[in-house]
Amino acid sequence: MSIRNATALAIAAALGASQAAYAATEDDLKELRETVRQLKELYEKRIEALEKRLQQTEQSAGKAAAAAASAETTANQAVVQASSRPAGENAFNPGVSLILNGAYGNLSRDPARFRINGFAPTLGEVGPPSRGLSLGESELAFAANVDHYFRGVLIAALAPDDRIGVEEGYVHTIGLSNGFSVKAGRFFSGVGYQNETHAHAWDFIDAPLANKVFLGNQLAEDGVQLRWVAPTELYFDAGLELGRGRKFPGAPDGGRSKNGFGSGNVFAHLGGDIGASTAWRAGLSHLRTAPQERNYDDFDSTGTGTRVTNSFSGRSRLWAVDGILKWAPNGNPTETNFKLQGEYFRRNESGNLTYDVAAASLGRRTGSYASRQSGWYLHGVYQFMPQWRAGYRYDRLYAGTTRLGLVNSGALSAADFPILGAYSPTRNSWMLDWSPSEFSRVRVQFARDRSQPGATDNQMFLQYIMSLGAHGAHKF
Amino acid sequence: MKTILKLLNLLAFAFACFPAAAALNVFACEPEWGSLARELAGDKAVVFAATTALQDPHRIEARPSLIARMRSADLVVCSGADLEVGWLPLLLRQSGNAKVQPGSPGYFEASQFVARLEIPKIFDRALGDIHPGGNPHIHLNPRNIAKVAEVIAERMTQLDPANATDYKARAAAFQQRWQAALQRWEQQAARLKGATLVVYHKDMSYFIHWLGMREAGSLEPKPGIPPTPAHLAELLERMKREPAKVIVYSAYSSPKAAEFLSERAGIPMVMLPFTVGGSDAAKDLFGLFDDSIKRLLAAVK
Repeated sequence: MSIRNATALAIAAALGASQAAYAATEDDLKELRETVRQLKELYEKRIEALEKRLQQTEQSAGKAAAAAASAETTANQAVVQASSRPAGENAFNPGVSLILNGAYGNLSRDPARFRINGFAPTLGEVGPPSRGLSLGESELAFAANVDHYFRGVLIAALAPDDRIGVEEGYVHTIGLSNGFSVKAGRFFSGVGYQNETHAHAWDFIDAPLANKVFLGNQLAEDGVQLRWVAPTELYFDAGLELGRGRKFPGAPDGGRSKNGFGSGNVFAHLGGDIGASTAWRAGLSHLRTAPQERNYDDFDSTGTGTRVTNSFSGRSRLWAVDGILKWAPNGNPTETNFKLQGEYFRRNESGNLTYDVAAASLGRRTGSYASRQSGWYLHGVYQFMPQWRAGYRYDRLYAGTTRLGLVNSGALSAADFPILGAYSPTRNSWMLDWSPSEFSRVRVQFARDRSQPGATDNQMFLQYIMSLGAHGAHKF
Repeated sequence: MKTILKLLNLLAFAFACFPAAAALNVFACEPEWGSLARELAGDKAVVFAATTALQDPHRIEARPSLIARMRSADLVVCSGADLEVGWLPLLLRQSGNAKVQPGSPGYFEASQFVARLEIPKIFDRALGDIHPGGNPHIHLNPRNIAKVAEVIAERMTQLDPANATDYKARAAAFQQRWQAALQRWEQQAARLKGATLVVYHKDMSYFIHWLGMREAGSLEPKPGIPPTPAHLAELLERMKREPAKVIVYSAYSSPKAAEFLSERAGIPMVMLPFTVGGSDAAKDLFGLFDDSIKRLLAAVK
């Protein structure tokens, strides 16, 4: 601007000069005009040049700013990389997570004497949590990709009585295509719904009665699993598991010493969405095992409290139907959501039952054994406001028919098998939990357990479940 | 034997037919990436958005329907930076689809290609649900969208070379329209510069940063922890001393806390669509920014 002003001044000055030379000749005037023109041209040129320089300066300033911005970006990215990359050997450490849980129990009956009447006792930890304060099982999990084909997972269970167990330890393919995946190692069997879920993700402190009597609380099998997901919009998967038969319903505990397989399980699931708010999955599975010398303890009929050990050998066939439905307004579970879960089990077992294998009472005798038993549970959990959920569960078992050759032949009486006496246990459970964040949960649960005739066990539990470390994803 | 072979053939044929005959099946974790993939691929791809604008992308159930879609995906486009950590790994692992596993060309994390904000210096869950890789809600800066679009277009070309010219042409056309829109938005929003906002969750950071606005607080006491009365009371005190211009919340979050603060502090509140589908006007990415700026301009006087 100042340059323009200067030009104007110069022109004015030149004009002024011409006024002063009013009397000059035509030639003089011409010369003067020429000078002014030249002057004007000169200044315009200089203005133009100056403007150009200014523009260039501005441009390079812009470039400098852009360069600065991009430098900042690079710096930011460098920070990202620096912060997310652990150094040296630790860089490839597996993700570690830890689950801590503990409980306070108040039970009207002694958990040590817990049994579910009408059903052959399983070998698992089926009893309710202890009376008083107790530590639950702590889970320590390691997981990482092994390479581009496999992923490895180890979940160790640290029991409160100082034992360490391998809850799950398996490798899982990630490199297969066409919907196939293979798991090998120890894993929770895909029989039913809840069996595959870790206890810390359960909605109640303990397993449904049906899972206790048919799967010994939770069945973890040593074996191989092949699974296939169909390329359809409606979810469909099917799978096959071959296992060792290391746990109930298989036997003996730890599995038989034999080549081949001790258990087989096939399963299939269908699933999908109903609108944006509801999702569901339904499944069917069939587990076959051939237990040998599956022992259980009972009392004899003398009334003296003498313990006898009975043993079953034969085959066990279990069918499970499961269903889960989850609802959340618009599919957003943050504020409120509802979950309905249920499973139905049906089991046929046939073979031989040996009474009193240790000959502690009436002596060892063997007869045929055939049973048809079933049971189910249904539970609903409602999150009525953020962080708070309430739930109710109903359990029911049907002892069905158990035919004992020893009783039919008159060799022994039904009173000699008290725990197998026909009885249909039920249980009602209520729970309320509070989850201040995704990683912590505090729960209170009440239950009226009628697992034994004539005695209702009123149970109250307080429980905490905390999860530390790597962020685990939860299954549907 | 013959009948079995026939049956097998039939089965193979049925499965070969299944996922629509389009060249590319795109699985987008969030609607914004779904919309971008549609812009870039047009009819050359079938795009499935796993979530809607009314869902909190942090909290999604790994539903069977999502596993089914993941099974047939050729390209997975997600925000990354641990936003989907609670559900995506499960979908990937259960899908039996090697094409989209992390590290393969079929797996795409948008946040890796832009400068992330709010990278925490201290990793501690006591600070709430923080993301070690930085704030993952990168799509609310349209300049990030332009960068991500470039890389997605490259990936599509790589995965489906037969339609390469088409992807390139679409990408170029999109960039042109996007740059024009970008200038328009920046002009429209010029007066928002320096405005102070109270947010619900730290999901608006890139938007705020882009328009030169300033975050004056969040309704959540810590990331991922729902608003508490104590925190709201403290925020209200702060707002009385230094009032923010506006309180914003996303389409997927509850308006209750914003209403509480807005009423008592006398600060206007406004719902922002957050992503495509969050409001009637936010039909695509262009609509998303048009509507977000329009709503904010109307609220900030």
